[in-house]
Order: sequence, then C-alpha cells, then structure tokens
Amino acid sequence: MIVLERMGRWALAYVTEMGRMLIFAVTSFAWLARPPFRGAQIIKQLHFIGYKSTFVVVLTAGFTGMVLALQGYYTLRKFGSEGLLGSAVALSMIRELGPVLAALMVTARAGSAITAEIGIMRITEQIDALDTMAVNPLQYLIAPKLVAGLIGVPLLVAIFDVVGIYGGHLVGVDLLGVNAGSYWNSIETAVEWKDIYGGILKSVSFGLIVSWVCCYKGFYTRMSAEGLGTATTEAVVLSSVLILVWDYFLTSVLL
Amino acid sequence: MLKLVEVTKTLGGQPVLQGIDLTVPEGKLTTIIGRSGGGKSVLLKHMIGLLQPDSGQVWVDDVEISKLRGRALNDVRKRFAMLFQGAALFDSLTVFENVAFPLRERLRMKGPEVTVRVDEKLEQVGLAGMGHKFPAELSGGMRKRAGLARALVMQPEIMLFDEPTTGLDPLMAKSIHDLILNMQRKFGFTAVMVSHEIPEIFGISDYVAMLNRGKIAAMAEPAEFQRTTDPEIREFISVGGTVSLAQAVPTT
Repeated sequence: MIVLERMGRWALAYVTEMGRMLIFAVTSFAWLARPPFRGAQIIKQLHFIGYKSTFVVVLTAGFTGMVLALQGYYTLRKFGSEGLLGSAVALSMIRELGPVLAALMVTARAGSAITAEIGIMRITEQIDALDTMAVNPLQYLIAPKLVAGLIGVPLLVAIFDVVGIYGGHLVGVDLLGVNAGSYWNSIETAVEWKDIYGGILKSVSFGLIVSWVCCYKGFYTRMSAEGLGTATTEAVVLSSVLILVWDYFLTSVLL
Repeated sequence: MLKLVEVTKTLGGQPVLQGIDLTVPEGKLTTIIGRSGGGKSVLLKHMIGLLQPDSGQVWVDDVEISKLRGRALNDVRKRFAMLFQGAALFDSLTVFENVAFPLRERLRMKGPEVTVRVDEKLEQVGLAGMGHKFPAELSGGMRKRAGLARALVMQPEIMLFDEPTTGLDPLMAKSIHDLILNMQRKFGFTAVMVSHEIPEIFGISDYVAMLNRGKIAAMAEPAEFQRTTDPEIREFISVGGTVSLAQAVPTT
C-alpha cells in the first residue's frame, strides 16, 4: 500500500508539474499577442542566445564534421565508396548531429545562464518588482526568450550544418585526398528537401524546449542559493534529455 | 482605502496569517511591527496582490483584489508602488534606467520628458548625478534611495515599504526614515511600512500596528500605542528601546 501511495503521489506531482509547465508556456505566448510588443527585448535575447553562442557552435560543428569525415572515410574505404563521404557527412549533419549538438551547446551556454538570471531575479524580488509595477513578467522576461529560442536555434543549426560540411571537406578532401567533385556531387545527389525540412523542424522544436525548460526552472526556483543551483542543474539535464527523447520521436515520424 | 478582512495564509504547512483585520487610514503613514518571521512581509504582499489569501478579502476602495488576475489586477496595481527590502533594482540596468523603467513600460513615455522626471526624483532622494551607476556600484543606503525614487516616480496613491532600513547604519536609517516621512507629507500618499526600527518609527508614523501570532494585536496612534497594557506588546517595544517597562505601564 505504501508503495502504491508513493507511486500515486509521484504520478500526481509529475502531472501537476507538466500542467504547470504547459500553462507557463501557453500564457507566455498569449502575452506576446498583447501590446506593448517587445521587439527590442526579442532582439536583445536573440543576441544573447544566438549570436553569443555562435563561437561554441562553430567550434563544435567544425570538429564534428572533421571526425565524421575521418571515421566515414576509413569505413567507406573498406567498400571502395570514398566518393560517398560527402553525402555521409552532410546527411548526418543535416538530419541529426546539427540540430541535436547545436541545441545541446545552446543549452550548456545560454540555457544555464537563462535559468540563473531569472532565478536570481526571483530570489532578489526583481520579478515581484515587475509585478508591482504592473509589468507582466511573463510578457517582459519570458516571452522574448521563448521567441529568441525559436528563431535563434534554427539559425545556429544552419551555421552548424554548413561549418560541419566544410569541416568534413577539410579532412576528407584536403587531408585524405577524396576527390572534391565527388564530395560535393554526392552531397547534391543525396540531400533532399525533406532532410533539410526535417532538420529545421527539429531545430525549431529544440529551440523551444531549451528556452521553455530553462525559463520555467528559473522562474520557479526555490528562494535560496542551493535552490538556484539545483534549478540550473535541473534545467540543463531536463533540456538535454528532452532534446534526445524528442529527437527520437521526431525522427521516427519523419523517416 | 486599503482594507483586509479575515485574511488567512498558510505557507509550507505553517499558518502565517490567522485572520487579519486591518483598515489602513487614507493619506497616513501606518507602520506594522512584529517579530521576525511573523508574517509582516507576507501581509504586505497580500495588499498588492503578490500573494493571494487562503481565505478572507483584500479591498482597495470598492475592489476586492484577492481573486483578481491578469489585467484587472494590473489595473489596481497601477495605484500602488512598493519599496522592497533589498530595493529589488534591476541589476542589468543603471540607476537612471531603473527609475525610468515604470515611465517607459507603463506610460510609454519617451525622450526628454523621461529625463526630466527621473532627474527630478533622483534629486529628491539625494542621488543627483548618480544615474549612470549600476546598482552593484551603490551602497545599501543608496540602493534604497534609488528604489524609493523608482517607486515614487509614478506618483502612487498607496506606497508599501518592506523594511526600508534593514541592514543600514543608524544614521543612514534615520535619513531614509526622514526621506519617507518628507515624501509622504509632500505627496500625501497612503503609506504602509513594515519595520523593526523601534523607537524611530514612533516618531514618524501616524499609526502603529502590531502583528502577533498571525493577527493584528493592536493598532493605534504612536502615543496611545506606547501606553498599551498588553504585556507582549509592552515587552516587544521595551526591548526595542523606546520605553522602559516602568514607563510602559499606563498612567491612569
């Protein structure tokens, strides 16, 4: 009986938390439609989530493309298919690695910072201050971050894909001697619109997951330094896990 | 008029407010005293709708705000301003931007008009020329002054002060009290202040109320309040230093 009670309590708490998260996101998006419009806030957040994540995304993309080319080259050589290296790198990047790795990088760099920033604002009563000034915190603080995540992550994924493909070119063509024409031609032949569309769809949803989870965890942080630390850890872990789980479901639908 | 009727609130399984009945006199400075952790800040947050009571009512004139949400609640809040314990300045904005924030966000005010209003308020609180600084560059007293300027810039009808002098030295605490009193007298807003500063609050308040065991144990004008026969209140204000136990005995 005790086990059943505990399971019931856990299930109820879990469902309640999910409901609260959903209401949080829906209410934030609803506030977007109401004036005043927060264009400047959205651009500021795009700068933070998008532009400031560019370096780490480019670095990760370059080395991911390079290692893919290295691994792919030695595998394909066994079958005499080195000419397909370009398509192997490009498809892996566009379909899977680009969206997933870029989103994980954004989670680590920007997501954790978002949770910490909002959490500190909660603890130091800055969010209460917004309320007392009749400025809705969801509209002023949260909605711009959600929009910036939706726009910023797909742009970063596009950069990730391009840099990754050039990284693969650097190793495959420039270092290992694969024919450049074969490399680019195999990409042109193999990559279809649905691959790019799938990548965009994934990156948009991952952008939403990162900004949503990280904002939520910061907004409802417990009022202590320890609580803020826990919230930041939970935000990064939950975002990362949700990205991987959602990636599987989306892939199984898109394939 | 601000009025609380039978307000109760339990936080974390602990009853904090257990039937608060309080009517705040209009245009006066009312100070709420009480033990640390006794629910004074919680009470203040109910007045502005930051917390909702488990039961009871909070009236602002003829509007009962405890059930209000969203735009309706914001409309009522436009009549309020609040100075938080830590000032709650936005640390990513300068002092000027902090004070300008409600003007820009709520009134959609722009340009020189904002500069004039902000500079005027900064001067009134003694922070002229400090607008370019960030909150982290200010002392505790200066942060409180900046918070006060931000609260006053919208010319509120009702001002709430949550322990405005906590953590300040006695001289700085006195200057903040003087500033609050001067502003209240000058603008005539209804003020509710939560404070531990005994005896100073008796010199500046129009009314003093004591929160004890989740209820308003007493409320009166300072002179009458100090003549109370309630032993708990007498002990509280005596330890605070305002009167000795002998003095606190009523002279009837």
